[in-house]
Amino acid sequence: MSQPLRIVVAKPGLDGHDRGAKVVARTLRDAGHEVIYTGLRRTAQQIVDTVRDEDARFLGLSSLSGAHNHLFPKVCELLVAEGLNDVIVFAGGIIPHDDRSGLFSCKIRAIFGPGTPTAEILEFIDTSANMPNIGVGDSNDWFWESSA
Amino acid sequence: MSDQLIKAAINGNRRSLARTLTGLENGQITLGQIKQITDISITSKGNENWRSIAITGAPGVGKSCLIDKLLATWAGSGLKIALLAIDPSSPRTGGALLGDRVRITAIDLDDIKESIYVRSIATRKSSGSVPLIVSDMIEFLVLAGWDRVIIETVGSGQAEVRCAAIADRIVVVEGPARGDGVQAEKAGLLELADAVIVNKSDLDGAEKHAEELIESFHLGLGDAPPVLLTSALDGDGIAAASSTLLELKDSGRSNRARWRERLLAQHERRILESDKLEEMLVSLAAGSISITEALDILGGRKNE
Repeated sequence: MSQPLRIVVAKPGLDGHDRGAKVVARTLRDAGHEVIYTGLRRTAQQIVDTVRDEDARFLGLSSLSGAHNHLFPKVCELLVAEGLNDVIVFAGGIIPHDDRSGLFSCKIRAIFGPGTPTAEILEFIDTSANMPNIGVGDSNDWFWESSA
Repeated sequence: MSDQLIKAAINGNRRSLARTLTGLENGQITLGQIKQITDISITSKGNENWRSIAITGAPGVGKSCLIDKLLATWAGSGLKIALLAIDPSSPRTGGALLGDRVRITAIDLDDIKESIYVRSIATRKSSGSVPLIVSDMIEFLVLAGWDRVIIETVGSGQAEVRCAAIADRIVVVEGPARGDGVQAEKAGLLELADAVIVNKSDLDGAEKHAEELIESFHLGLGDAPPVLLTSALDGDGIAAASSTLLELKDSGRSNRARWRERLLAQHERRILESDKLEEMLVSLAAGSISITEALDILGGRKNE
């Protein structure tokens, strides 16, 4: 059997709503992955340090506070600055559709809104784990078309 | 894994360190190969100070919070400290939720965060509270210049002594009101402890429990391990515990029992790492082979 994927699920910024992050963490765990949950109210730097030290392959960012346009690009920038170019970043929470193209251009590879079936998130993980050059530092424009 | 990556890890690059640990964990590289590449021989185990310390105890006694305080104190005094925090893998799916990191706040302090490395580890296929590959990870961290390595075990029960197989010292954390005096008399983990910490001393019953433990240790043979009271919540007793643990001597108690654990653990590792394991499990499930036959093959007796 292949080794489990290591995935960090993080809550950046001043946002105490973690039910979504916990549901995603649980889904990934039940799919056989190793999930490192950061806890609430992390700074971009703390999240990047965690991804580096835990050698995570994926980073999931959750935000319901409306600060995603500020926080998510910051995390992506720091990941690249630390040389963590091959980490695959995905996001979820309350992210209006109008904001998404900007986040995709930061090389976030999927954005899942409320109502996304958890199976779809797993499908994204399985698909992207086998795709080349879709890390946060890769110029490739591919992103996942989510259903919600 | 490239030689360059491993050399970078030894030279202090944390990304490479994390990558190499993953390589060890996944079996992509062995400690022997690393030593060959780096051409360093390991510091002798015989020096009087420990390199690795296992912090173990029942779930909820406050291991993570206590470790957070120890990290802050030790890193604050200039030591480089690594923490390997272990959580269980699901026996059903193999997945794991690694949440110990949530309680570690010392790593958020800018002045010491370079001196602290925290890595979450899932037990994967291992049966005990500590997967054996952790002992290789410890050696590698020491090679890479980390002064001390703390192992936080899975919250464990009375008889969970596997951590004895991998750590130089064992600290058992207890909480207040953990049953009557007879609990302290029971055989098991406490017998192997080099020190016992009764945490949550801010709550009723902690002092009484500590007294019961001390009394119990004095009924037995050999040197009694220190019993310390701490409150990870308000910081009481942390300074004393930090300095006692840092200098903690091998209690010499139950040396045989430790070697027994090491032996059993290595035996288990041999079975778990065998490339015939899956095949054997299939055959066993199908009834085409007996347990004894499978053991002979996996345990290395017939195929060596």
